[in-house]
Amino acid sequence: METIADFEIKYSQFLDPQGKPSKDMPALAKDTDELLDMYRQMTETRIFDAKAINLQRTGKLGTYASCLGHEATHVGLALAMQESDVLAPSYREYGAMFARGVTMAEILLYWGGDERGSDFAGPRNDFPFCVPIATQCLHAAGAAMSFQHRGEKRCAVSINGDGGTSEGAFYEAMNIAGARSLPVVFMIVNNKWAISVPIEMQTATETLAQKAVAAGIPGIQVDGNDIVAVRHWVGKALERGRRGEGPTLIEAVTYRLSDHTTADDSSRYRKKDEVEVAWKVEPLIRMRSYLTDLGIWDDDKEQALLESSAAKVDEAVQTYLNTPKAPVESMFDYMYEELPEFLEEQRDHAMKYGDTNGGDHG
Amino acid sequence: MAEVSLIDALTMAMSWELEHDPDVVILGEDVGVNGGVFRATAGLQNKFGEDRVMDTPLAEGMIAGVSIGMAAQGMRPIAEIQFMGFIYPTVDQIINHAGRIRNRTRGRLTCPMVLRAPYGGGIHAPEHHSESTEAIFSHMPGVRVVIPSSPARAYGLLLAAIRDPDPVVFLEPKRIYRLHKQNVEDNGKALPLDVCYILREGTDVTVVTWGAMTFETIKAVDQLAKKGISCEVIDLATISPIDYETILESVEKTGRLVIAHEAARSCGVGAEIAAIVAEKGMYDLKGPIRRVTGYDVIMPLFRREMDYMPSVMKVADVIQESMQDG
Repeated sequence: METIADFEIKYSQFLDPQGKPSKDMPALAKDTDELLDMYRQMTETRIFDAKAINLQRTGKLGTYASCLGHEATHVGLALAMQESDVLAPSYREYGAMFARGVTMAEILLYWGGDERGSDFAGPRNDFPFCVPIATQCLHAAGAAMSFQHRGEKRCAVSINGDGGTSEGAFYEAMNIAGARSLPVVFMIVNNKWAISVPIEMQTATETLAQKAVAAGIPGIQVDGNDIVAVRHWVGKALERGRRGEGPTLIEAVTYRLSDHTTADDSSRYRKKDEVEVAWKVEPLIRMRSYLTDLGIWDDDKEQALLESSAAKVDEAVQTYLNTPKAPVESMFDYMYEELPEFLEEQRDHAMKYGDTNGGDHG
Repeated sequence: MAEVSLIDALTMAMSWELEHDPDVVILGEDVGVNGGVFRATAGLQNKFGEDRVMDTPLAEGMIAGVSIGMAAQGMRPIAEIQFMGFIYPTVDQIINHAGRIRNRTRGRLTCPMVLRAPYGGGIHAPEHHSESTEAIFSHMPGVRVVIPSSPARAYGLLLAAIRDPDPVVFLEPKRIYRLHKQNVEDNGKALPLDVCYILREGTDVTVVTWGAMTFETIKAVDQLAKKGISCEVIDLATISPIDYETILESVEKTGRLVIAHEAARSCGVGAEIAAIVAEKGMYDLKGPIRRVTGYDVIMPLFRREMDYMPSVMKVADVIQESMQDG
C-alpha cells in the first residue's frame, strides 16, 4: 500500500500553566490594556458562575450549567470575533456571551425559567443557548451560508463540547462547510467529560481536532486554558473565513472543574485527584502570574477587581430577582407571528386561571 | 394562462419567488442540475444560478439545520427532502429548533423556511418511499403543515408557505404530481393558509380529506350523487393548524362527518378532527363520526400498496354507511 493522504495536527500554547511565555507572544498580547481586560472578563465570569450556583442552591435559580474552568476558551473566542459575526453557543458559554454583549441578568433569567433571557438586548443576531447537543453547529453553518450568499464579510462561530463531536450534526456541519467553503469556525471545548463519560470512551482519536480531516477542513488544537492562544488562533481562523478561504475546526483543551450542572454529582464518576491536577492548570492562575510578572498586577488590584466584579454580579442578580414573571399568555404570543384562531381559545383558557393556574397541583 | 400539472405549478411558484425575492434560495439533494428526482426544481438552477439553487451533501438533518440557520439570519430557504421516508433525520431540527426559535427568543429570531417533501403511496416506489406521516409534524407547535391537492392550490399555497414568517412543512402528494392539469395563472398570487377549501358543496354528508385522497373522494362523491346523496367535500389543505370553523359549519349543515386520509388511522390527523367535532359539534351530528384511512400497519411494498389505501369504493361505502344515521 502507498500513502495517498496523510494528516498532522498542530498544537499551540503561548502561556504555560505557570504564566510563563512558552514562545514569543502574539501581537494581541503586547497591549497591556487588552491583557487586563481579558483577565477582568474571565474573573467576572468566574464570580458570576459561583453566584449562579449559590442562587441555585438557595432555591432562587433553576438547574444551572457551570462554566468553571472554561473562562479562557469562552472569553478568548468571543474577543476574537467582530460584532457583526454570529455566535451559536451551547449552554455554558457565559464568558463568550458577556463579551458579545449579553447581560448577566439575561443569563440568570434563562436559567431562572424565563424565555426573555434569550431575547438578548446586545447581539441581536446571535443564536440562543442550544441544549440538543451539537445541533447548533448546523445553525452556524447555515448562518455562514447566508453571509456567503450576501457577500458579507461576516463569520459564524459554533461551540460544542467533546461529547458533541460524536453527534452526526457536528460532522454534517463541518462537511457542508468544507464542501461550500463557508465562513465558519467550529470550536470544540474539550473539557474531558460529557456528564459522566470521559473523552477516552467518546472516541478513539488522539485529538478531536483531527475530526476535521474527514471533512477536508483544517483542524488545530490549542491550550484552552490559555486565553492568548484561544484568542489568537480563533482570530486567525476568522480572518481566514473572511478572506473566503473556508471553515476551521479548533479544539480547545480545557477541563470541566465543576459538576456537569447543579443537578449532577461528579464525585460519582471521577476521582478527586484528577480534578486537583486540573486546578493547577486552570486559566486564571496563569494569566494572573503573567500580569504580575509584567508588573501590571498586584494583590490590591486583584482585591479591587474581585469587589467590582461581585458588585456587578450582585446588581445583575437584583435585576433578575426583581423581574416579574411574564404574563401567562406570553406562552402563546410568540408561537407564530400571528396567533392562529384555534389558539385564541386556549390562550383565553390559560388567562382565565391566571398567574396561579387556579391554585394547587397534585 | 398555462395548463400545468401539480408539479409544474410548484416549479412555477418557486421560480416566481426566486425571481421576486432575493432572500429565497432552494437547497437539497439533486435539486440543481438534476432538477430534483421528481423534477420539481427543473431548470431553476440554470435560470437563477448555483448560488440560489444549491445541491447539498446527502444529509437530511443537515439540510434542515442549515436552513434554520439561514432563516434565522433573514433568508427564506426552501429545503427539499427527497422522500418522506428520509425526512426523519430532520425531525430533531424541525421540532427542537424550527418550531421553537421564535418562541424561545421572544421573537428576536424567526424561522421563515419551507421544508418540502413528496409523500404518500401509489407510485410503485421502493420501500420507505410511500408513507404518509403528516401527523408527526402536525403534533408540533410552531410548525405549519400544508398539503396541496391541485395545481392551482399547489401554486398558491407554496407561494404562501414561502412568504409565511414561520416554518412550513409542505408535503406534496406525489401520486397526483402529474395526474391532471389545470389552468394556473403565473401571477405570484398566494392562497391563504390556515383555511380549508370546499371542493364540492353538499347537504347530506361532510367529507374531510386532503392530498391525493381528494381524488378518490371526489370520484366516490360523484358516484353517490347519482344515487341522490349530496356530499360536501372539504380539502383540509393546512393540516396544522386546522381550520375547524369551516368543518364545524359544514357539519352543522349536514349532520354527518366522514374523514378520509391515506395515513394510518391511530393518532392520525383524522382523530384530531373527530375529537374537535365531538367536542364542539356533537349535537349537530346525526350519528357517529366515521373514518376511512390507511391501516395501522407498515405500508406494504407496492404489490399490495393500493390495498392499504382507501379506494373509491372504500370511501363510498363509508359515506353510504353514514347515510343510515339520522
